[in-house]
Amino acid sequence: MASLTMYPDDERLAGGVRAAFNLYIITAVALFVLMMLIGLIMRMSQAKWLSMPPDLFYKLLSMHGAGMVGTLSLATTAVMWYFLRKYVRLHLWAFVANFVLFLLGALCIIASIFVGGYGALWTFLYPLPVHGVGMWTADSSALFMLGYLLIGVGSLIFYLDAAAGIIKVHGNLGRALGLQWLFGGKIDPDHPKAVVASTMVIITNSLGILAGAVVLVMSLINIFYPQVVLNALVAKNLIYWFGHMYINATIYMGVIAIYELLPRYTGKPYPISRPFLWSWAVSTVFVVVVFPHHLLMDFAQPRWLAIMGQIVSWGAGFPVFLVTAYGALTNIYRSNIRWTMPSRLMILSMFGWAAGIVPAILDGTIRINSAMHNTQWVPGHFHFYILLGVLAMALSLMFHVIGSRANAPPNSGADKMGFPVFLIGGLIFVFGFLDGGRVSVPRRMAEHLQAWTFTDKIGSIGAILVVLAMLYFAIRITVGLLKPPSPSPGVVGVGTTNAAG
Amino acid sequence: MILQNVVWTIALVGMGLVALGFIHVIIQAGKPADQDATRKSTRTAHALQAWLFVVLFVGFVAGSWATLRHFPIPPQHDTLDAQQVVDVVGRQWSWQMTPTTVKAGSVVEFRVTSDDVNHGFALYAPDGLIVTQSQAMPGYTNKLLHTFKEPGTYTVQCLEYCGLGHAPMKTTLQVVAAKGE
Repeated sequence: MASLTMYPDDERLAGGVRAAFNLYIITAVALFVLMMLIGLIMRMSQAKWLSMPPDLFYKLLSMHGAGMVGTLSLATTAVMWYFLRKYVRLHLWAFVANFVLFLLGALCIIASIFVGGYGALWTFLYPLPVHGVGMWTADSSALFMLGYLLIGVGSLIFYLDAAAGIIKVHGNLGRALGLQWLFGGKIDPDHPKAVVASTMVIITNSLGILAGAVVLVMSLINIFYPQVVLNALVAKNLIYWFGHMYINATIYMGVIAIYELLPRYTGKPYPISRPFLWSWAVSTVFVVVVFPHHLLMDFAQPRWLAIMGQIVSWGAGFPVFLVTAYGALTNIYRSNIRWTMPSRLMILSMFGWAAGIVPAILDGTIRINSAMHNTQWVPGHFHFYILLGVLAMALSLMFHVIGSRANAPPNSGADKMGFPVFLIGGLIFVFGFLDGGRVSVPRRMAEHLQAWTFTDKIGSIGAILVVLAMLYFAIRITVGLLKPPSPSPGVVGVGTTNAAG
Repeated sequence: MILQNVVWTIALVGMGLVALGFIHVIIQAGKPADQDATRKSTRTAHALQAWLFVVLFVGFVAGSWATLRHFPIPPQHDTLDAQQVVDVVGRQWSWQMTPTTVKAGSVVEFRVTSDDVNHGFALYAPDGLIVTQSQAMPGYTNKLLHTFKEPGTYTVQCLEYCGLGHAPMKTTLQVVAAKGE
């Protein structure tokens, strides 16, 4: 069971471990600000508040997409590592190797976009990377793909190290997931939720990365040997299998922060249960097989895949609503919680995830997809659960860690101002997109009709607020992480947990 | 009934219910509870969770049945016997459509493909809302059935990003009233 001690000794960061964690987090928050600025510029361009040539727009869109997905993965990998290392042995070299490969991959991606002119977006949908028609060359696409391969190898190294550590302690991945308790038996109350979630991520995202590696290598072969032609439908399936799992893994890595930290802030135990194990077992399968909902408008796709895409999309809501969000709310209910930055961000992240999947589930319905597919409804729902869900999960750990420096959860006047700016800005921003979807505004489009600019302007206003809040968060977190650690271990019991808040 | 408005309403109600649940718990969160109250609220929470499961499960089954009973995508390997057929080819960055005029009131079969990269064949009604769409994928022909209820000038807009000329990749389809109307 997760500790009720606010800052337990086994989470203390010192020496190289602290340096590695700081590198991850400071890089992540700096990149979040930069990528959000790019997003803001694009929304303002669509709103016609500033002028931008289409080629620059699509380069920025490629950077924003690849940059945000990669940065979210970086930040949530740090979340998983931070907690999992308490329960299994993780090697620092694997954690650092992932960071180094991420940086190398990011450099390739940045060079491919801003030097080579790459503009085939983060999805590199075959055969667009070799059809730049003067905007980009096939070589720049190859460099972009090389960047992805480097980042993917880094993630795999980290997952393999984590898998080895988990298997050493729990015997195999099935036992780590708690499958032995699904149908009966006494559940070990000390079986860590962090291990269950990490195991799910290792299984699913390793499969996703391998699918990505296959399609990346196939695409690279096509770039250098154009006579080798790929099947566009197979390539698209592999791309979305990889892309969907890679971004979904960030949610499941990020939520570990909630399982671990929430009980410390509420002072109430947050025990493991059979519904919890069922939800993670089911989610493991669902995440692997849900990707066909990205191909509902590809009618050449076998019918059973489209049906599976819809049914699993709907079914995926059960674990989120009934177990994770509901469990968090039950833990908070009448807990006498004191609101500080980590606890505020945790409840926000649960809301962002649970509310954001409502429009996502609707979009996963074939009939609705025929009107909403590739409209702004799509960025509307995924920004909802990523910006207000996953990012908030990662930020909650970051604020928690800087709190450990002072032995008290952060709750300054500026924090109290920053949080509502982030929340309100985020809601305005995502509802700008969702309303754009309602009126059929296409996504991923540089030039917007005048009739579409109202929602673009609303979205831009929200984005300005989000960028301002994130800029403040980034400075606050960076300064907090660079402060020397507090001299005392900061072992604060449950009784004083709330007082500390 | 406009599909987009129905979806918008369902989404707002769903997100609103989630928000209400969170607001209720947040209001209660600052209050302390003794052991008895905690035990009672835990029992209530479990009962509510079971009811929520039942409600969501019924919605899941009923919704799946209602939306999949008549499968929305026509069979791709059968002859569809539509009275009107429009062949559509997308290429960077234009649409080739034959013919460019169809009649309202009877079903139209669109046979959609691409010469180069993936495109999105989206039909916008004169009021600016999407009425239907399909992907245009190289190497495949997607068959899309649609019956236009209203005559007018419909816009075909590419909805799958396909490079620099993606936004201007559009054309028009004339839908005329059937004879006798």
